[in-house]
Amino acid sequence: MPDTPTHSPRPRLGVFKLASCDGCQLTLLDCEDELLLLGEQIDIVHFPEATSPGQPSGPFDVAIIEGSVSTPEQQDEVQAIRRNSTVLLTIGACATSGGIQALRNFGDHDDYRRIVYAQPEYISSLATSTPVANHVPVDFELRGCPINKQQLLELITACLRGRTPAIKNESVCFECKRNDIVCVAVTQQMPCLGPVTHAGCGAICPAFNRGCFGCYGPKESAATAPLAAQMLTNGQSDEAIKRAFRLFTAESEAFREESQRHE
Amino acid sequence: MSDEHTVSGEKTYKVDLLTRVEGEGRFHLKVKDNQVIESKLNIFEAPRYFEAFLRDRAIEEVPDIVARICGICPVAYQMSAVRALENGLGVTPSSAIRALRRLLYCGEWIESHALHVFLLHAPDFLGYDSAMAMAVDHKDLVERGLKMKKAGNALIECLGGRAIHPISIRVGGFTTTPRASALNALRDDLANALQDAIDTVTWTAALTFPDFNQAYTFVCLDHDQYPLEWGDAIHVSGSGRFPVEEFFDHSQETHVAHSTALQSHLRDGQTYLCGPMARLNRHHERLHPTARTALAKSGLSLPVHNPYQSIVVRAVELVHALAEALDLIDAYTQPEAAFSDYSPRAATACGATEAPRGLLVHRYQMGEDGLIKHADIVPPTSQNQAQIEADLVSIAPQLMALAHNDATHLCEQLIRAYDPCISCATHFLKLNIENVNAPS
Repeated sequence: MPDTPTHSPRPRLGVFKLASCDGCQLTLLDCEDELLLLGEQIDIVHFPEATSPGQPSGPFDVAIIEGSVSTPEQQDEVQAIRRNSTVLLTIGACATSGGIQALRNFGDHDDYRRIVYAQPEYISSLATSTPVANHVPVDFELRGCPINKQQLLELITACLRGRTPAIKNESVCFECKRNDIVCVAVTQQMPCLGPVTHAGCGAICPAFNRGCFGCYGPKESAATAPLAAQMLTNGQSDEAIKRAFRLFTAESEAFREESQRHE
Repeated sequence: MSDEHTVSGEKTYKVDLLTRVEGEGRFHLKVKDNQVIESKLNIFEAPRYFEAFLRDRAIEEVPDIVARICGICPVAYQMSAVRALENGLGVTPSSAIRALRRLLYCGEWIESHALHVFLLHAPDFLGYDSAMAMAVDHKDLVERGLKMKKAGNALIECLGGRAIHPISIRVGGFTTTPRASALNALRDDLANALQDAIDTVTWTAALTFPDFNQAYTFVCLDHDQYPLEWGDAIHVSGSGRFPVEEFFDHSQETHVAHSTALQSHLRDGQTYLCGPMARLNRHHERLHPTARTALAKSGLSLPVHNPYQSIVVRAVELVHALAEALDLIDAYTQPEAAFSDYSPRAATACGATEAPRGLLVHRYQMGEDGLIKHADIVPPTSQNQAQIEADLVSIAPQLMALAHNDATHLCEQLIRAYDPCISCATHFLKLNIENVNAPS
């Protein structure tokens, strides 16, 4: 990650939103115990959800983007943000994998427009929803739908200190084991994407008596095929397996390819 | 309008980005010879097509998917969805499960209203750009809001696993229910937050409000309790009530060129207002006694017809949600079953609940195969959108006497008073007021 420059007394932060639900940037405001301290350490110059007026032109020492690229305007916007930023971070499943709106990538965009809008010709949007990193270089991608608050604070802190964020690339299974949660896949044969899903949520679904449904997307080297084979053995249909891999991070390579194997 | 702005016969007011709302947008008001000739809420949502990709998804996936419409009020989307699906499937959750859902929903009202009152709306009244800037001079106030918000989020985390996009709501109930001890552990923070909320009613009621009383048509859910997670009828002020499943017969959604959010009107073309003011005006007698007392002491006169006063109404609803949450926790015993089973069947059904920002209606058509065939979702901000445009027309005469910045701020504050959840419906809303005087 590039060093954060020190040309101003406090680093300048910009928070941007593309196609998204606002939940990941809300995570910043959900840092109830740290928000005011954060505001003293950094200069939040653009964060339209929380501050007036926005100064979208920069320059920014750190820019954070929530949301996917899904309109022609957003294609231009990410280029401008990248040009005006030293460090670019993307947060959440939309920004890092295209989000749930990337389900359009598997269907007919014109059909989608007609289903929702009476006057589809009024609607200007791209046929695909894609992650920011498909368009510009990104310095760090923080996964999750939504992201984890502690991981966000770690990322921002690491960024300000110029060190690598301590965010592990491991599966949800590791969090489950550490939390002493009984495996719902083994003991109840529940469909669970935990073995192939990036950690970060704290394994909340198995703790709440349900299988992981993949909010954090695939971990590195995710072995999706053996998991899908086990799901078939447990009585899941190909159609259900396709749906399981085709949800919040449908456009991520590992999950996309696994879902296509069950079409 | 000051003379220097009218030399050319034209005047443009402009704010490029409306801030302290969820999502982004622009507003356009054109005035000629002191007559409003155009009032538009320009909404450039990057469409996300939820209603399209819900088709052919399994019934059990719906609560997880619709949560992603909004990161601020995911519980509301989950609650309206399960109500509609359960209506279609003939499932009635037990009273214990309903109480637990109401408790979860209280958590969302608390976090959402605290966010709006303190972090988004209060800076308007005290003259700051943000809560962070406000904290320099009013640290106690901002900390009070953050503490309240945290108490609401803790409740959602306890019942739903996490504050944003909780994971425990399912058709028929919850995936699992908490131990009473887990809820009791939240009690102290909620009780402190309740006292803070009562103080907040007093504080907000003492603010100075622009004079802007309007003859609104108010629409909200009807129920024998203060409406939240349940209700089978919708009330329209001045004309009575109708069953929730007739919502689409009484309202119409239209698609206008300047908006990617569909606008709602009643069938006769009437704009209407949903949200905290509509709920309080209709149901103030059903408030928790603690909230009724706080309301009485505030001196706020009912019915409320001034949207700028909605900050007081939200504070009253904060008291209500906190007091009711404490009662629900005190009455809680862990239910034997976390959920009721169901079998898929072909059906079409509606469900409605009261999101923090107002009435949220879902309708699903489902098949015997357990898949969704058709979905309609009407968020509160879509319903309020036409009313906001009408309000901006109504406030135009007041703008003419004000300086540019003050006029702009009055409009922004008016839009913000609705707590628009633009991300639910919209994306890019810019405030742009033009006053085009008669060309010479």
